[in-house]
Amino acid sequence: MNPHPDLTPDVIRGIGWLYLLLFAMNIFWTVRSYKRQESVGRLAAWAMYTVMLGVVGVAHVTVQSGSEQFLIRMPVWFKTLIDAGAKPQYYFALSIALFAAVVWLREQLVKPTVSWLILNGMVLFMTLSMTDYDFRQIVGKPDNVPIVSMLFIVAFFTWLYFKRAVDNDQRIAAGKPLFEQEDNEKVLVWPDLVYTEMICMVILTAILVAWGIVLQAPLEEPASASRTPNPSKAPWYFLGLQEMLVYYDPWMAGVVLPSMILVGLMALPYIDFNKKGNGYYTFNERKFSVLTFMFGFLPLWIGLIILGTFLRGPNWNFFGIYELWDVHKLVVLNNVNLSEYFWTWMGQPLPVAEAGSSKFLQIVMILKREWLGLVLVAGYLGALPMVMAGTIFRKFFMRMGFIRYMVFANLVLFMACLPIKMVLRWAFNLKYIVAIPEWFFNI
Amino acid sequence: MTLGDYIRDSQIWKSIFRHPAPYDRRNRVVVMLTNFFLHLHPVSVKKQGIALSYTWCMGGITFFLFLVETVTGVLLMFYYRPTLEHAFNDILALRDVTTLGIMREIHRWGAHAMVITVWLHMYRVFLTGSYKPPREFNWVVGVLLLVLTLLLSFTGYLLPWDQLAIWAITVGSNMARATPFLGHEGPGAQILNLGGYDLITNASDARFILLGGRFVGEATLNRFYILHCVAIPLVVAGLIAIHFWRVRKDGGISQPL
Ligand code: HEM
Repeated sequence: MNPHPDLTPDVIRGIGWLYLLLFAMNIFWTVRSYKRQESVGRLAAWAMYTVMLGVVGVAHVTVQSGSEQFLIRMPVWFKTLIDAGAKPQYYFALSIALFAAVVWLREQLVKPTVSWLILNGMVLFMTLSMTDYDFRQIVGKPDNVPIVSMLFIVAFFTWLYFKRAVDNDQRIAAGKPLFEQEDNEKVLVWPDLVYTEMICMVILTAILVAWGIVLQAPLEEPASASRTPNPSKAPWYFLGLQEMLVYYDPWMAGVVLPSMILVGLMALPYIDFNKKGNGYYTFNERKFSVLTFMFGFLPLWIGLIILGTFLRGPNWNFFGIYELWDVHKLVVLNNVNLSEYFWTWMGQPLPVAEAGSSKFLQIVMILKREWLGLVLVAGYLGALPMVMAGTIFRKFFMRMGFIRYMVFANLVLFMACLPIKMVLRWAFNLKYIVAIPEWFFNI
Repeated sequence: MTLGDYIRDSQIWKSIFRHPAPYDRRNRVVVMLTNFFLHLHPVSVKKQGIALSYTWCMGGITFFLFLVETVTGVLLMFYYRPTLEHAFNDILALRDVTTLGIMREIHRWGAHAMVITVWLHMYRVFLTGSYKPPREFNWVVGVLLLVLTLLLSFTGYLLPWDQLAIWAITVGSNMARATPFLGHEGPGAQILNLGGYDLITNASDARFILLGGRFVGEATLNRFYILHCVAIPLVVAGLIAIHFWRVRKDGGISQPL
């Protein structure tokens, strides 16, 4: 049974407006299809789809109190399926798969019809999901609305990039001038740029004012140091970092890794020695740098923000998008340190210094206990770059020189250490590779 | 003579705008050179360099949002008092009784939007390879602007002094406690002691400095208020000036060589 007060006429009408938005979008598309003299079959299909959206939309918008007869809901079996599979590892795997698919299929993706179908799919999915109470609760929080739109906006600009990059890559392959080089004479800033800026400002102001009228800024209960909300979340743009806390201790997730992100960003222009791709869109001419940057920006940064905002509920447990945020949800946490694995495998108890032994002996025993993890970490940051210099990054090493290469390799390894630890956690319940809580030094 | 011509012919108008309206080519050049606000731009640019599908206009939009935040922020400062006694109630009043209380909405949504647009701007600068020589340094300036934009947003988040505010800041600033060497729960902090006294305690570490106390309290509110309304905006304004100047000096918006 659904424990919630269900769809009120207001909500149904709201959903109706989403259908009407789709309706309007597809009117445009049908007209476009007509103007381009596409085949009759296609045209008819678009027209029928559009009319259907219009009918459904009007039926929703004109709904009277209580009547739900026209309502199309997200099917329950689908919701159950999604919620049952709600685990961070699936989410992460899915986001990586999506990213890979976008890159792999970029040439198909940028075809107008394909992109249009995907956009329709996304909006339809949102619209149908809005019939679910729990989904509405999370997505409709005023502070979360910008994040939903961010999802669409980032998807749009990624698409736009691939559209222009694929175009240029084909031009380069055919030996033709770049898109940016065609029709590129000088124009006067007044009026060509000044007017664009002016129009941008007017539109933005209108958007902000409308947004401010429709959506009230959130204000909760007055601050109270004694009542901790559950979940307690950082501001949304830091939720990717907060998500890292699941896998790393605060000194890593909150200090070292964010610092490395910033250092890495600032170092980027001095590391990327590829002269090509300066001032135009291309993918083929700079695959490695684009893939690395996108991997950091899309699945890791944006992806984890989405995860932290919409999928992390009370006690930072993972919830499906249609799942009730139940404070009592129990998730068995049974994580084990590498040193525990190791000494159990050796059939020995964890080394501990006897009570009252000297400080020196205590240190030695701690190092003995954790030696494997320490060696692994040292090898990861110290030896692995050298190995890679001789193998996969051989060309990079030759071009960059020692210092530049070491900086580059370490930055890449720091970026990789997040997914690596995630996978280790999911596959082996690994808690810490190095666990020295005595010194607050857990990795 | 029409009214418009009359106005444009007056001594007052001519003292402000030193040339005729930009209807012909010559005056379209002159307007860019003689107007303080417009002289940020060059006189002429490559057509593809300013195409919306090339720059996404994201740098410009970010700048515009910064201006919106400044204006609405100053208006809010007339009303809001950063003390435990008043902060929450002032925000409440902005919502319920104040004329133009919508300034708070615009300020908040504008801040969210600015965070998103600054990311997108970085994304496009990366994707067009515009950080490559000769623009490396401007990219670095940009990264600083990105950090400061996030910090602006973060410090502002506390000011409404509701549950959302103090717990978000508590969660966010708890990290500082674990700073290596400088946080009292960070690795290496134990080494920093003099004759048996710890130098780094919960009353002297990085988090304490950030919050002005051991937990998020009145001193924090004061600190964040000043950072949010004075210190960070000043630095951002300075860096934006450098950023724009460098865009020009590095040869304008990037284009294929
Ligand atoms: C408050 C934040 C920022 C503002 C107001 C700002 C503003 C601008 C503007 C107006 C331009 C002109 C071209 C355009 O609009 O795309 C520009 C260019 C540029 N920005 Fe930013 N920016 C900001 C942050 C950043 C960040 C975060 C980065 C990178 C990490 C960055 C790197 C650059 C570079 C390299 C250029 C030259 C691009 C080219 O020539 O194509 N900026 N910026």
